Amino acid sequence: MSTTTPTTPAGPKFYEQTWDLSYKHALGETTSRFLGALTEGKILGRRCPVCERVIVPARSFCDRDHCATTDWVEVGTTGVIEMFTVVYEPFKNLPAPPYALAYATLEGADTALVGYVRGLDLSDQKTAVAALAVGTPVVVKFSDSPTGTAADYWFEPAAGAN
Amino acid sequence: MSVPNVGVLGVGQTPYVNRRTDVTFPELVREGAQLALADAGVTIDDVDAVVFPLAPDALTGTGNGERWCIEALGAAGKPFMRVNNGGATGMSAIIAAWTHVASGEFDVVLVAGAERVSESGSAQSVLNKMWDVGYERPIPLNTITMLALSAVRYMHLHGSDETDMARVTVKNRRHAALNPLAHLRDEVTIEDVLASRTLAWPIKLGDACPSSTGAAGAVLVSERYARANGLDPAWIRGVGQNTETFWMGDRVGPKALQDHGDADALATAFKRAYGQAGLTDPTTQIDVAEIYAPFSSVELHVIEAAGLCGLGESPTRLAKGEFALGAPGPVVNPSGGVLCSNPIAVTGVARLAEATLQVQGRAGAHQVPGARTAVASAIGGDHQFYSTLVLSSDLEDIA
Repeated sequence: MSTTTPTTPAGPKFYEQTWDLSYKHALGETTSRFLGALTEGKILGRRCPVCERVIVPARSFCDRDHCATTDWVEVGTTGVIEMFTVVYEPFKNLPAPPYALAYATLEGADTALVGYVRGLDLSDQKTAVAALAVGTPVVVKFSDSPTGTAADYWFEPAAGAN
Repeated sequence: MSVPNVGVLGVGQTPYVNRRTDVTFPELVREGAQLALADAGVTIDDVDAVVFPLAPDALTGTGNGERWCIEALGAAGKPFMRVNNGGATGMSAIIAAWTHVASGEFDVVLVAGAERVSESGSAQSVLNKMWDVGYERPIPLNTITMLALSAVRYMHLHGSDETDMARVTVKNRRHAALNPLAHLRDEVTIEDVLASRTLAWPIKLGDACPSSTGAAGAVLVSERYARANGLDPAWIRGVGQNTETFWMGDRVGPKALQDHGDADALATAFKRAYGQAGLTDPTTQIDVAEIYAPFSSVELHVIEAAGLCGLGESPTRLAKGEFALGAPGPVVNPSGGVLCSNPIAVTGVARLAEATLQVQGRAGAHQVPGARTAVASAIGGDHQFYSTLVLSSDLEDIA
């Protein structure tokens, strides 16, 4: 046996791989009913019998009291922006920018719902950010061709906002 | 109830860089282990158990990467545990090791790991998968947008602006320039940060951490072991953890208990660690804070959660030059922090490592003169998993 020094050229090699994974997640009765109601232009929440919060989007149990929620509550389709962002950076496998996202508390709800904000020009950052300020009134819009997902609704600034 | 003392006998970190093509993932993990063992002055044979921090599998593209790394960690034949708590993974691993030692079961526990998230261009797509499949997944949330939402909320609550965020970056980059291991070491100005491109408003490139590759490790020992061997480790004096609910939308609105703009649940975790450490006034008793803040906006509310100033006060305090190297009072992220180096799986280990170096006077050019007490923290999930540690150079009462 003898010691040898490798004569092949040094330099990094790479192994490239793409993970192509597929899943079909069961969404359960509560989420399914919420998504179904979107096709009727309704946003549904569930009321906690202990803290009496109307939790939106509808959840089958209250995280605070750890008990089952008891009542379905249809909340309003108007609300106010609690927080927002406007995305200008492309992220792999996520939608092409720009797009605006916000959490809005709807009339009669005690928690905020996340959604896209559409119906405003995002090309000028300063104008877009001003139009989405915390407290801005929004209305919920529903898709004419629902897909049965949370993409079936979005927010738009209420008429006369700003 | 008195909690047993646990010592930090050694820490190690590689430089944090974009990419390492000279080693595989386990080989990089081994570097973290070797650096920590060498610093501790022990060998793998002295180690009773190993804890391995590893963040979500898809970030590094390894399915259960702990399997791949057992040899690199010298863990064969020893008790072993993988810990994953998102961004808090590294510190959760340290706390798991602390628990191993504090239980009396083990005297010497190794924590070591590595990160090479930069091998994937899909990190934010992977991170999008942490949201609820029915309600939130169709919306392109990710860790940048979730913290942009928090930053907007903070600005709304406290009247701060993008310049206040930029000041955090300017400070941390100045610190990182003194830290040879840091990833982003070029100093920047407020104007540079404000002029950088917007990722998710108000977060710009200059407000964001890099995707770092690197390794880090630590060796934790029992007081019994330290005394029997005449060792002088740094000491973990307090440990705090707390958990926030999943739904960001529950952190706003008329009945919210905590606000997504503040870090209230983290404040509780800090208080738990301070209580255990007997630390009563963080503003005067803490010399160094190595806190987890991957975006400039996060540092603003973590400084407040750590009790280093009042709620909403950090922007004005930073504007006065406080929390920076050379200023009186606690110095925040003298290493440059997570904003300048974010090797996700071991970012929390790096916070402990930096805090240890500081209280032992071994931090080199970014040493806070005379530092004896440090606090370190980490955050995982959508601001959900909080870990805090108080470190000191000895076991004297903290005063």
